Amino acid sequence: MEAVRIVTGTAVPLDRSDVDTDQIIPSDWLKQVERTGFGKGLFSEWRDDRDFVMNQPEHAGATILIAGPNFGTGSSREHAVWALMDYGFRAVVSPRFGDIFRNNCTKTGLLPVQVDERTGRALLDAVAADPGLEITIDVERRTLSAPAAGIEAVFPLDPFTQHRLLEGLDDIGLTMQHSDAIEVHEKERAAWLPKVETPAR
Amino acid sequence: MSKLRTLSDKVWDRHVVRSAEDEPDLLYVDMHLVHEVTSPQAFDGLRMAGRTVRRPDLTIATMDHNVPTTTIDVADPISAKQMEVLAANCREFGIELFAVGDPDQGIVHIIGPELGLSQPGTTIVCGDSHTSTHGAFGALAFGIGTSEVEHVLATQTLPQPRPRTMAVNVENVLSDGVTAKDLVLAIIGLIGTGGGMGHVIEYRGEGIRALSMEGRMTVCNMSIEAGAKAGMVAPDDATFAYLEGRRYAPKGPRWAAAVEEWKSLATDPGAAFDKEVSLDASAVTPYVSWGTNPAQVVPIGDVVPDPESFDQPSAREAAERALAYMGLTAGTPLREVGVDTVFIGSCTNARIEDLRAAAAVLEGRRVDPSVRALVVPGSGRVKAQAEKEGLDQVFSAAGFEWRNPGCSMCLAMNPDKLAPGERAASTSNRNFEGRQGRGGRTHLVSPAVAAATAVAGHFAAPGDLS
Repeated sequence: MEAVRIVTGTAVPLDRSDVDTDQIIPSDWLKQVERTGFGKGLFSEWRDDRDFVMNQPEHAGATILIAGPNFGTGSSREHAVWALMDYGFRAVVSPRFGDIFRNNCTKTGLLPVQVDERTGRALLDAVAADPGLEITIDVERRTLSAPAAGIEAVFPLDPFTQHRLLEGLDDIGLTMQHSDAIEVHEKERAAWLPKVETPAR
Repeated sequence: MSKLRTLSDKVWDRHVVRSAEDEPDLLYVDMHLVHEVTSPQAFDGLRMAGRTVRRPDLTIATMDHNVPTTTIDVADPISAKQMEVLAANCREFGIELFAVGDPDQGIVHIIGPELGLSQPGTTIVCGDSHTSTHGAFGALAFGIGTSEVEHVLATQTLPQPRPRTMAVNVENVLSDGVTAKDLVLAIIGLIGTGGGMGHVIEYRGEGIRALSMEGRMTVCNMSIEAGAKAGMVAPDDATFAYLEGRRYAPKGPRWAAAVEEWKSLATDPGAAFDKEVSLDASAVTPYVSWGTNPAQVVPIGDVVPDPESFDQPSAREAAERALAYMGLTAGTPLREVGVDTVFIGSCTNARIEDLRAAAAVLEGRRVDPSVRALVVPGSGRVKAQAEKEGLDQVFSAAGFEWRNPGCSMCLAMNPDKLAPGERAASTSNRNFEGRQGRGGRTHLVSPAVAAATAVAGHFAAPGDLS
């Protein structure tokens, strides 16, 4: 994962609630075994509609997606995060995220910025009125600001995740530093816990 | 006196490998289930970093999402490749795989319990949001993304912040003809798609105790549809009876030791939950979803709701958009809405009890000629059992297609899809736009309602049939 400290850019206002991960990346796209190239599939069913907000030229080059509540619900598919990032988004703003989607974001370096519903509404309206509105998200300060619209908000981010994002740290490498503790736990596990037959390699 | 704890707290506490201030707990994973869609990039990650699978003996894999249900030959070359990649990864890393054609192959959340792998008090993860199903056994089971799949493969652990707890108290019992599916749709309708976010739900009360293990799995399965991290039911005699004798269940003296342990898992009387809701099971009737998220549900006797009837602007907007997509008009009685397709299957409702319930409705009846109807058993074992009981004959005689096991039309990654504009009564878990095929319109129902709807040609409860 690459370190991420500050995201500055324009935004796309996706004024819908309950945008599930099936909408973000439809299941046809999940058959790929690679991690790249999912940007083409992002919101692919909605993007067929010429009027869809992402197709508007004034939103080209946006790096921030602003959505209604309950963004990223449903399927655990991390492909949704890969698609958003491959398309060019670096942050998603919503009053509420699906838990698994939010986790997937922080493992990959896409910022999930949770704001209250009033701020979310104000951002959607401000970006609709001024597509060139510049928004800055600061991971260290945990703030989102759009000075030209008079919007300033603090978002939740636990210290551990914040540290990982700021340093671009590999989660697995961090956990492997605790392999002694894992071994201790393994020695103490109950004998009746299930183990499966493993085929010869 | 020690602190009173909930079921999920007890399971959590016994799996903490390491805990430190300002860091998430490092949680040990007892069983990791793997399927072909969310794992290839994780295995690639292991290879790139020169890592291996720490505990292949705590890992199993199956093929379910892509598999065709009419033949074992995979026509789509991209699907075929994804399945081959899983087989190759399992060979390379020494993981037991239930491939297409294996008698134990099936939907990952159906075979885990069948094999006796889903045990009380364990932690179970899978790169699939419906992992919450296994919580029916009193396991803490939740879905993870592909980066986390790689993490579990490499370390058998996951860093996780401790979730909040939520009690859903189900008072009284369901009436005849009302099923676990109707109950969970009612619960999601009550608390909403975000109602469980950040929480582990514990389903409690007389209405849950009275459910079979299959019914409890249906309820826990859809916890994610209310946004919850997991759903759980405290283990009891029904749990132990289901598990005893299964392939990977404890045997001999270990069985007694395990049961002793499992009995101590129930939430301590008086332990507090962060959130609580209650529901009267005796008031629940068969439910049908009308919209494009699983909280948009009504009793089958109701009409399609008017978007203006919702207080929240976002709910009103979502309802308007849903009605446009679904091609429905507010005020139409659900019983007057006709369907093109009926799908009985998925990790929510493709266990033997579900097939029995549907077959009981179909016995001696015929599917309406305007309806395409298919039944996809959840696993090879379910299929074999149903055939032993002659249920396949009942389905076929009624005009249903009897298929091979897999996820099938629940998410339409295989050839089983809705055409644009087609309307389905489906026993699956998601009525999202395009979920069952681009432009397809999904209504979530129980197996009994699905069967009755197939016969009537429009939404119907079994009691409506002459």
